[in-house]
Amino acid sequence: MAACSVEALLAKAEQEEAEKLKSITVQKDLDLEFDIGNLLASDKTRIESRDFRGQKKEDFLRSLARDNTQLLVNEIWKLPSERVEEAIVTKLPDQTTPLPREKPPPKPRPPTKWEEFAKLKGIQKRKKTNLVWDENRVDKNEYNRLKNIARAQKVKLPGVGLIPTPQQSKEDLVKAVSVARTSTASAGRFQDRLPKEKPPRKTGKKRKFEPLIGNFSNEKQKQLELLKHMGSKKPQLDINRAVNKQMREENREEAAARFKKGGKKGRKSTMSGKGGKGKGGKGKGGPGKGAQGKGGPGKGGQGGKSGGKRRGKLGKH
Amino acid sequence: MKSKGKFRITKRAKRFLEGRAPKLIEDVKTAMIMKGGNSSLTVTQALKDILTAAYLLSRKNITRPFEDSTSLEFFSKKSDCSLFLFGSHNKKRPHNLVFGRLFDFHVLDMVELGIEKYVSLSELKNSKCPEGTKPMLVFAGEAFDLDNEHRRLKSLLIDFFRGPTVSAVRLAGLEHVLHFTAVEGKIYMRSYRCLLKKSGCRTPRIELEEIGPSFDLVLRRTHLASDDLYKLSHRRPKGLKIRKKKNISRDAFGTKFGRVHMQKQDLSKLQTRKMKGLRKRRGAPVAAEQDTAEQDAQAPKVAKVES
Repeated sequence: MAACSVEALLAKAEQEEAEKLKSITVQKDLDLEFDIGNLLASDKTRIESRDFRGQKKEDFLRSLARDNTQLLVNEIWKLPSERVEEAIVTKLPDQTTPLPREKPPPKPRPPTKWEEFAKLKGIQKRKKTNLVWDENRVDKNEYNRLKNIARAQKVKLPGVGLIPTPQQSKEDLVKAVSVARTSTASAGRFQDRLPKEKPPRKTGKKRKFEPLIGNFSNEKQKQLELLKHMGSKKPQLDINRAVNKQMREENREEAAARFKKGGKKGRKSTMSGKGGKGKGGKGKGGPGKGAQGKGGPGKGGQGGKSGGKRRGKLGKH
Repeated sequence: MKSKGKFRITKRAKRFLEGRAPKLIEDVKTAMIMKGGNSSLTVTQALKDILTAAYLLSRKNITRPFEDSTSLEFFSKKSDCSLFLFGSHNKKRPHNLVFGRLFDFHVLDMVELGIEKYVSLSELKNSKCPEGTKPMLVFAGEAFDLDNEHRRLKSLLIDFFRGPTVSAVRLAGLEHVLHFTAVEGKIYMRSYRCLLKKSGCRTPRIELEEIGPSFDLVLRRTHLASDDLYKLSHRRPKGLKIRKKKNISRDAFGTKFGRVHMQKQDLSKLQTRKMKGLRKRRGAPVAAEQDTAEQDAQAPKVAKVES
């Protein structure tokens, strides 16, 4: 009995399959010719005139069209499909129907004067390296560009590093000596001092770090305090530090703006100095203008971006 | 591109000219629609229906394409269109449409069709396909295969209606079907909207809904290009020729095979696997000395195997 039911099931399944396929199969005397690349199908079967009388004409045409379209769609669906951004897409094969061109194919251009010269001299074309835009370079480039402008305009810059001057002051000499001492391979650590040379002041290690393993209680204390800060609801704001930071930022921007303005007009720029709170208001207007001013000549986007970046960096803390 | 006389070629102009210059792989062909000296309402409506996104020349052009094609060629050069559709109406040839294409701004093929019956888009009131969908084209009737004129007409109609060449098509977007039937010297053009119905398997069942426009056309005069010119227009530039990849063969299972050609090898100098046990050991010469002459004789044999 189980065998009977299995057979019955199989028969039923086959029947269902046949029915499914029936809806998409089309009976045709001649197979159609397809050019899927052009979404084209050609039916070469002869059309009998008797099918084509009167009212039956439209119906005949419609049924013919339906059959042919069904066959074309069957062919298209046979191709592999893939999903591209929420749509099912089929890649079409190349076109097989030859169609005339619009214009004759392009003729090869005669070599230019340079090309001829290069061929004569045997100069090869060099491929450029894949240089990728590096955002961090922007600031450095900007800085260098401003320095170049200053040099061109023969504007005096605030001292950065050592400037070759005819008459060097005592501080300049001391600075020169210290710079020379540290420009060795080991940054001056094994450099003997001259007989009357004074030990350097305020140079050396910039930051002092705690030893890794030492004071356990100190470390415990620090960690607990850190956790307390992190857990507390109120933000830990050091007002003094914040105010100093703000002032420094404003001064910097003002100096840059001042320097830029001076560089453009060719006048000597004056060191802005530590402007107080009074200058804060003007300074705020300054950076806005300065950032745009920087954007003006040539590098619009990058200049603005670098200014924005600087502002963003300092404002984060 | 150098400057021509006192006119300097700006970058914009250069780009424009490059756009119109012959290319390896060409852009899609654009069509221009023109109306003759006299045209009927049918023709006007038909022109609008057939090509919505084509270059319409607004003024009446009193030209006869079959007699004088210079103005056609002039317009084509100006607008950079290589397909044209010219509609006119007179007593001798009522409701006349001339489909044509150009090659290198000279007329290649022209086929004149008369509209016997026309049902416009607006008359068939149902929802239409979105404009710009790439249509499926079906040609029925043995004339399109046997008769020379019909064959050219088929190629011309494909050029006109196929739309831009795409590399992939969205399966749900195959909505528009244009069906051309050639019977008894007449051509019936019907335009349907394709409904993809569930069929139980992956391939859908097609149901058609007529959206129009529908034309009953009769073939009148033709001006077909000579075989030489036709061949010339089909010439492919060298760059496009597909280079068959040599040295690839497949067996019955589909495994890819290729041949590797090598120089003759010196088999005595082959690098074989190193058997660590067979290597000469430091202690071995000392042991060999102590051993009998037999082993001495064996030692060189071992050396040979090593190499």
